[in-house]
Amino acid sequence: MKGSLIVLLFFMAGCILGVLDIIPLDLQKSNLSMYILYALMLQVGLSIGSSKDLKSIIKDIRPKYLLIPLATIIGTLLFSAFASLLLSQWSIFDCMAVGSGFAYYSLSSILITQFKEASLGIQLATELGTIALLSNIFREMMALLGTPLLVKYFGKLAPISAAGVNSMDVVLPIITRYSGKDMIPVAIFHGILIDLTVPFFVSFFCRL
Amino acid sequence: MFTIIGTMFSGIILGYIFRNMDFLRKTEKTISYTIILLLFIMGLSVGSNDRIIENLGSFGWQAAIIAFSATCGSIVAAWLVLTLFFKKGESHEG
Repeated sequence: MKGSLIVLLFFMAGCILGVLDIIPLDLQKSNLSMYILYALMLQVGLSIGSSKDLKSIIKDIRPKYLLIPLATIIGTLLFSAFASLLLSQWSIFDCMAVGSGFAYYSLSSILITQFKEASLGIQLATELGTIALLSNIFREMMALLGTPLLVKYFGKLAPISAAGVNSMDVVLPIITRYSGKDMIPVAIFHGILIDLTVPFFVSFFCRL
Repeated sequence: MFTIIGTMFSGIILGYIFRNMDFLRKTEKTISYTIILLLFIMGLSVGSNDRIIENLGSFGWQAAIIAFSATCGSIVAAWLVLTLFFKKGESHEG
């Protein structure tokens, strides 16, 4: 929670500085965010690879655990497609690309901006990227704040699916608390798998 | 896309090889710093884009609609998986 609020604050600080136009840096032309993204992905890889739990997580995995990320993916994509009925401006695939961020706001928004630039132009691509950013931040907030209710009404797997990628990091402590300790390997496994699917689905729907 | 996944997989391999090194304990922290930096840069490019700033209210609503719908979809799907595949034979207190 604190983490996402800090991220939100920095994002807003960036917005304000951008509006004020006081930083002499042409971000539209530089690939700065792409390089930072590579740095991020390398670190995410390092943390997964060096994780002490890696072996026990792999050992503890049963085939039916695959059903949970599968449910997350199908439920998210299907309902993102429904959302496009309410949003006349964007195509069904645009909405599915936004949905397939699975709460990975930083990665999905940058990927969408990059991938959509060719077909939509920089302006619309940045707009869709912004929607992806906000949308996936909202999703993380909903998972963080809603977990107690989700467990109560929809069972212990619901917050894992709702958290998307963040079931393995930001939302994990609260999932552990409300869904139970036995859900930790499931939540981490889910997060890693969903994490791997984000670049795939986002680029896939951006190309359709 | 492949360079991004490739970067992550190189990270996983390097992380596994050097898993006993101390500096890898700090990835959690550096990841959050990197995310903060990334989002700050994103904020800069959003803020310096007049069209987005003028339409921020409308973007917020569109984002909220997709987020709400997508989250509900995954919750319903997770609930189905729980009732269909996990309930029988397993009794964990919720």
